[in-house]
Amino acid sequence: MSTEVAVVGFAQAPHVRATEGTTNGVEMLVPVFAELFAETGMTKEDIGFWCSGSSDYLAARAFSFIAAVDAIGAIPPINESHVEMDGAWALYEAWLKIRTGEVDTALVYGFGKSSAGDLRRTLALQLDPYTVAPLWPDSVSVAALQARLGIDAGLWSELAMAEVAARAGGGDAVDLLGQPYIADPLRRHDCAPITDGASAVILASGDRARELRERPAWITGIEHRIDSGSLGARDLTTSPSTVASARAAGVDGVEAAELHAPFTHQEILLRQAIGLDDTVSVNPSGGPLAGNPMFAAGLSRIGEAARLVFDGLYGRVLAHATSGPALQQNLVCVMEAR
Amino acid sequence: MKQPAAVLGVGQTHHRAKRLDVSMAGLCREAIDRAMADAGVDWDGIDAVVVGKAPDLFEGVMMPELFLADALGAVGKPLLRVHTAGSVGGSTANVAASLIHSGVHRRVLAVAFEKQSESNAMWALSIAPPFSMPVGAGAGGYFAPHVRSYIRRSGAPEHIGSLVAVKDRHNGARNPYAHLRQPDITLESVRASTMLWDPIRYDETCPSSDGACAIVLGDSSAAHKDSAWIQATAMRTEPTTFAGRDQVNPRAGRDAAHALWREAGISDPLQEIDAAEIYVPFSWFEPMWLENLGFAAEGQGWKLTESGATAMDGQLPVNASGGVLSSNPIGASGMLRFAEAALQVMGRAGDHQVDGVRRALGHAYGGGSQYFSMWVVGNEKP
Repeated sequence: MSTEVAVVGFAQAPHVRATEGTTNGVEMLVPVFAELFAETGMTKEDIGFWCSGSSDYLAARAFSFIAAVDAIGAIPPINESHVEMDGAWALYEAWLKIRTGEVDTALVYGFGKSSAGDLRRTLALQLDPYTVAPLWPDSVSVAALQARLGIDAGLWSELAMAEVAARAGGGDAVDLLGQPYIADPLRRHDCAPITDGASAVILASGDRARELRERPAWITGIEHRIDSGSLGARDLTTSPSTVASARAAGVDGVEAAELHAPFTHQEILLRQAIGLDDTVSVNPSGGPLAGNPMFAAGLSRIGEAARLVFDGLYGRVLAHATSGPALQQNLVCVMEAR
Repeated sequence: MKQPAAVLGVGQTHHRAKRLDVSMAGLCREAIDRAMADAGVDWDGIDAVVVGKAPDLFEGVMMPELFLADALGAVGKPLLRVHTAGSVGGSTANVAASLIHSGVHRRVLAVAFEKQSESNAMWALSIAPPFSMPVGAGAGGYFAPHVRSYIRRSGAPEHIGSLVAVKDRHNGARNPYAHLRQPDITLESVRASTMLWDPIRYDETCPSSDGACAIVLGDSSAAHKDSAWIQATAMRTEPTTFAGRDQVNPRAGRDAAHALWREAGISDPLQEIDAAEIYVPFSWFEPMWLENLGFAAEGQGWKLTESGATAMDGQLPVNASGGVLSSNPIGASGMLRFAEAALQVMGRAGDHQVDGVRRALGHAYGGGSQYFSMWVVGNEKP
């Protein structure tokens, strides 16, 4: 019998265009940890394993995550690890750790200060450094290529994209089409805002989870996959890694989904890839179009979806996280009440 | 709940200051292909890939695992990217082990690399972020005061660091993959080398290398009869700076070692460990870590080194591979320690094989001596 693991707590920093805090996340993380401990009645001594996700490039310095440990107050020393990825993948590592039976609780956090640099140019440095990155194709332009391919293939339209934006941010879809392009066919409302932020989640196993929360969000499936890093070598109108992750995680019966789609066409693409029908409520939190803190936004999707279970609004939910240009790497986490 | 995990095979690159003959993808693949051949596994047998390296600024690519996904054989599979400073090679192996221990996967490929010649590590470490203590003198400048403090506290004679350098470089000369191979180095030549950061001399420092290491791990059903079983893993972290921190003998390292020995069922590591690969980037860290790991009492580590106990034919051979002092591709250096420990247990270390190794330690540390990762591998299933 495999170990049961549940999300039992979630907190996040306010999504802001630019925090005055440092790039190591400490100023954003301290209140987030305090909120989590207040919510669950735990202390840092109750945490068996810590894992974080962040990026040195966003912070423009080497070993940036080391200073974030100051937000914990890691004396006595902690059992800890870090992924250079969105915090959603740190949660995957923590989920593994609990399943080994070595620990029964874990605190996972992600943080990023996008405002410290020029995000579109920074993300261009994720591309092949020998042949692609020297051309500086920025992240919005790469997403625009994907949006155009989908439109040309008849999979979505500029109007369908505007309808996604209108649902997330208000306004009338037809009116939105009057706005100018920023990277044809993307308009400002098609793109997630540049956001600083941090989020944190507590995981617990079996009886410990039941002690900590009346309605824990039990993880029934969590899977992730990666596609090729060569933009020309994959079909950008779909996402094989999302399709495979969703199939492996088991998405039947999902009532609500938090999708990490930083661009409107990607929400449509992800719904198709995961196989969500119109009865599924997508991004009730507002999703990344309302706030997209790099390296925390994927973890926030898991936290937001779990909160829908905590609050008794839904019985079975899905969270998705992405990383890399044009949805290269994807994670799907399915949770339910018991 | 916890499934046994074993090392099925290991591979590494030839380490050099500049590997201009390969890209990052080619460098990783050189180690991966050797590990897969050593393990007798093909791509269909690999369920997931875990990749580790130190800061992305060392190569100038943000999250290089994204563009490397094809070369790492990860497309269509789960890929995790670990980064825990200089300890990352060890942490990457430990995270890969947790994929097996958790029962989620049957065979996992772990790979760690650093291609330092693509960028400039000294530059990458010299950025002065606001509100942080600037170092500005590289790792040697940061660690030299700790070494001086160790000498003062322990009363160690000043030639101990040089003894370690001679031993490790002689060992490295027996390792065909080592970056520095110096069979003719002597105590006198080390003592005569330039003082870089008092008391650390040039010949007592690690090189800056391009290189990669890969390990194939498997569960009980995938293990061979000569696989190296993972008997314990441990990781611990403490903050870089606070008033009560002992940077000569950090508590995170002691706590990690304590947890490691307990999980492995070891009460006297000096008696029960047959070979150790310890992360020694500056030679004086051998006696310091011997104490931190519990092989010697506090202040006594240098006596173990001076007695010859850490030589190839000593009671506890340390860094039979030549260690970090002979090759230092930073992100891979920790995994090399873990892989070399496994090689010793599997009896496949060639000219630097220690006789009769039943249990071996792999150790790595990083940051300002506040990130630690370790494992014990042995020939008995836990």
